Formats: sequence, structure tokens, C-alpha cells
Amino acid sequence: MFVFLVRRLLQAVMVMLAVAFIAFLMFRFLGDPVNNIVSQDATQVQREEVRQRLRLDDPLVLQYGRFVVNAAKGDFGVSYRNSRPVSALLAERFPATAELVLVAAMLSLVLGIPLGIYTALKPRGVLSQGLQIMSLIGISLPTFVTGILLILVFSVWLGWLPSFGRGDVIDVGWWSTGFLTASGLKALILPSFMLCLFQLTLIMRLVRAEMLEVLRADYIKFAKARGLKSRAIHFRHALKNTLIPVVTIFGLQLGGLIAFAIITETVFQWPGMGALFIQAVNFTDVPVMAAYLVMVSLIFVIINTSVDLLYNVIDPRLRTDPTRASGKGA
Amino acid sequence: MALLEVENLKVEFPTRKGVLTAVDNVSFNVEQGEILGVVGESGAGKSMTGAAVIGLLEPPGRIGGGQIRLDGKRIDNLSPDEMRKIRGRHIGAIFQDPLTSLNPLFTVGEQLVETIRTHLPMSAAEAKKRAIGWLAEVGIPAPDRRFDQYPHQFSGGMRQRVVIALALCAEPRLIIADEPTTALDVSVQAQIIALLKRVCRERNAAAILVTHDMGVIAETADRVAVMYAGRLAEIGPVAHVLQKPSHPYTAGLMGSIPRVGPRPERLIQIEGSMPRLTDIPSGCAFNPRCPKVFAECHRVRPELRQLADGAAACLLYEGVTP
Repeated sequence: MFVFLVRRLLQAVMVMLAVAFIAFLMFRFLGDPVNNIVSQDATQVQREEVRQRLRLDDPLVLQYGRFVVNAAKGDFGVSYRNSRPVSALLAERFPATAELVLVAAMLSLVLGIPLGIYTALKPRGVLSQGLQIMSLIGISLPTFVTGILLILVFSVWLGWLPSFGRGDVIDVGWWSTGFLTASGLKALILPSFMLCLFQLTLIMRLVRAEMLEVLRADYIKFAKARGLKSRAIHFRHALKNTLIPVVTIFGLQLGGLIAFAIITETVFQWPGMGALFIQAVNFTDVPVMAAYLVMVSLIFVIINTSVDLLYNVIDPRLRTDPTRASGKGA
Repeated sequence: MALLEVENLKVEFPTRKGVLTAVDNVSFNVEQGEILGVVGESGAGKSMTGAAVIGLLEPPGRIGGGQIRLDGKRIDNLSPDEMRKIRGRHIGAIFQDPLTSLNPLFTVGEQLVETIRTHLPMSAAEAKKRAIGWLAEVGIPAPDRRFDQYPHQFSGGMRQRVVIALALCAEPRLIIADEPTTALDVSVQAQIIALLKRVCRERNAAAILVTHDMGVIAETADRVAVMYAGRLAEIGPVAHVLQKPSHPYTAGLMGSIPRVGPRPERLIQIEGSMPRLTDIPSGCAFNPRCPKVFAECHRVRPELRQLADGAAACLLYEGVTP
């Protein structure tokens, strides 16, 4: 287990170094950073002075090393546009995105798993068939379309929910949360629903397919032959086996949620990292883009590593086990 | 009164081409503590009969007629939940593949305790004690330690022992063992059969042993039923059926078993193959392959007829002269 953990961590570090390299190269290939800093009528001397000060004449490897060391300390330099430290900008925006993604992820699990189980256990029911069709729509409609439709119905026509922003937020330490105010919670509903819709349908369909597969397994037949109650068979024996692939997909998709949050944040004017990133792209604000890239990758790597560890908890066959060898004799 | 009475059992599969009859008018009894072997080729309806008795026919399969009685009470028309309470508690089952019969994500102990507590009013501690007792009973060394292990930590033979413990842990009086040794190593097969026989004998539990291994039948069963194309061809005491088979099909089956001896004779082969369910010939289902076939066989379907020792469904015993 310990060896496994160390190996996984080493792999994670390698991935992060590679991502940092790509982020670092952005500075090189998206124009000359000096142009972005000095004014248009700066003299050659002034330019050279900036170049010297930022040590842009150092060898590439040295600059990369410096970038990695600074990034590890959370220092991504200063935004070209706002002239503020990038880390401060991200820290300001991070809670909004984190809350949005968290709520969307929870929604997709809390709704997706029960709906998937239901449609698997009653495959011929009218409600199941209806859900299947709905899920097909959910999985194929682009999220910005559903988002705009949601705004049209719930904000414009019905006027129940706000169409943009986070509502009132309360600062808890450096974290600004929308969970504690009524308007903050109301503002969360539409964006998180839009964001989770794709995941929700994906998880529902996945759970359904897996569950149907597992219900045909021999150990389910044997569980029936032992006279276990259907509740125990469905929710203990079948569900646990169903959840293994669901964990994988959910882990992968959680990263996807963060990526998709860019679109949701744009549609709903949500003041999160995604919106910050879109602004940064518009203004070629390379430090912000690089920091966003590194940060999202870090989240991906953390999630995937956790999923691998979670497997070990769920599936005993993956645990490295010293007694296994001795248990082999018939 | 016999423990299990099966009377004119019919198992049907509705298909687009019409209803197929997988088990056709089969009747037999199983006495208290008796081991009944059921033999026949693949697709003869052996497993279907077992599945019908325990109420686990896979849809769209269904019981199309007849009665199944346990202790004189009908069990073929019970509600799903009433039938569930009988499964495991009164009728246990063991399936072919021990590698896939156990849920890989639960320890052997959890699965045993779960089964015991579903059927018997016991505390978790009592159930654990009983479960460990059962692991010891089926010959698993160090049962205390094994209790907390997962199925993948057991070998095939050991897993089948666990399966036997699971099927028997609520003390059912009838076990349906569907090819319990087919997936196992030959060297382990004999141990498992001996174990099954011993636990049944000790608890006076009856068993229906479905297999195509005549050696297993000869060693284990008290009586044997021979099935062909969904019908019962012959049923009787094991020694009689094996040595002096009444039905030509049984005779052919026995003749096709190689014997160990100094000069092996040529093996007898039954020409042709068993008909599909869609085109069972009229009259006796065995008539296209029967060496003793005569005109009437194509017309009259033989009924199971009581003979001096056992019973056979063959026109040779119906007083119809060739």
C-alpha cells in the first residue's frame, strides 16, 4: 500500500511538471511578455531594462526552474491586465467555482444514482422509459442551450430565480460563501443544475447499464437462491458492484465539471475562475492563463489519485495482501 | 409422504415462434434424506427442473403446468416473497461455478452471517459463531481467520466449500446441486462430492444432484433420473439403472462410458444428437436415434410406467408388440 502510494505520488509530480512546462511555454509563444508590460512608446533602453529586471535573458531551463519553484510557492507572477498578483486573483475567484462545482457534483450523484437504480430495476416502467428519453436529451443538448432555456423559463417568464451572479456572499476567513444567504442559495440553483445536467444523465445511464449487467451475474443468482431479501440483493450486493465503474467515471467527470464551469460561468455571469480565465484569454493575460492551467491540472491529478485510492477501499481484490499467497492451496 | 413431490411439471419458454417446452410432463419424488441424481445431455432440461423447483426460472421461462409440493404443500404458486423465504431456509441451491457464485466485494463471513440472519432469528455474534462452525464443517482450515477473508483469497475448491456452507447454513432439508463439480479440478471434484454427501447424510437433508458425470452419480446418488429432450426417460435405484438400464437411451448412455480394464472395448455411440426443442419428433422423442425403434414409436408417446425396479417411459414396456 505504501509503495503504491509513493508510486502514485511520483507519477502525479511528473504530470504536474509536464503541465507546468506547457504553461511556462505559453509565456514564450504568446508574444513577447515585455510588450505587454511596457507602454507602446517605450524606448529600447526601457525595454532592455524590463527584460533585465524580469531576467528574461536567462537560459530557458533556468527560467523554467524558477517558474516551477515560484508556482510551487503559489506565486504565478502579476496579471498583465489588473497588475495584481495572480494568486490573489485566483484565491478570490476560487470559492465561487468550488461551490458551484461541488453542488453540481453532489446533485449529479444524489439524483443520478437513484434514478439509474430505478430505471434498471423497472426497465419496462413508463417512468423509466420517460427518464431514458429525457436523459438522451440531457446528454445531447449543449449545456449553454439548456442554460439559456433555464434562464428563459425560470428567470424571464416565471421570475423565480436570478439570471446572473452569486447573490449575497458572506466572507468566512478568505473564503466567500454563497451557502449562508437565501439569495446566494437561490443564485446557485440554475447554474449548478445546468452544470450537473450532463453528469447527471451520464451517471444515470451508467448506473443503469452497470446495474443491469450486475443483476445477471452468478453471485446475484446465488444470492437469490440463498433467499436474501430483494432489498439486500439490489442495494447491498448489486449496488456495491455497480459503483466501481461509477467511481472511475465520476472522478474523470469531476475534472470535466471544472472545465465545463467556464461555459456555465459565462452564461450566468458567475464570478468564478472560469470567467476569470475567459477574460484572461480575451486580453492575452498569460500569467492568469498559465496559473489557471496549472491549478486545474492540479485538481485533476488530486482527483485521479484519490479515485485510485478509493478503488482499494471498495474492491478488496485490488488490495495488496500478504495472506493471499498462503490462501491459495485447495 | 415424500419431502418433495413434482407432478407433471411443465416449463415453458414463450418465443416469437411459439411456446417451447423445456421440461415436459416430468414427475418424480424425493424422499427425506435421499440423494436423487439427474442425468442427461446438455439441454435435456435437468437444470430447468432444478430451477423450477427452487423458483428461480429466468424470465421469460415459466412453469406452464403441474405441481411442486414440499412437505405436501404447494410451492409452485407462492408469491415471490413467500418463495424467497423458502429459498435458503427449506431448499438450498449450489451452482456450477464457485468462482462466480460468491460476491467478490464481501467477505465470506459477511455473506454467511447475512444468509443465516435472513432466515434464523439470531444475534450477529451467534450468527458469526455459527458461520465459523460451518466453515469448519465444510473442511476449511483456520476458519476464524478465513471468516474475514474475501472470495478471491480462496482457491476454486475452497470456494465451492464456502458455497456449500452458504447453501446449508440455514439447514434446508433439500439441496439442489446443479453440476457442483463441473468447473473444478478433477482432483478436487471427488472431495467436494464426498463433502456434499457427508453433510447431507449428517443432517438428513435430501439432495437433487444434477450432473452429466455418471461416476459422480454412481458414487453418490440413491436413485437416478435420466432426462431426454425435456422428458423423464427413466428413474430408479442407482444400481439398477446403471447396471440393467430399462430404457434404450439409458443403455446407450451407459455403454458410452469408458471402463478401466486391460482390453478396452469399443465405446458405444448413440447416433445423431438430441432434437432441438423446436422440432421434437412425435411419439417418443428418442425415436430417431433408438436402436430398438418400431412403428408405434413414431405415433404413441410413452408414459412413465412402473416396472419391477424403477420406472421407464418406453413403449417396450407398454405391452405394445413390435
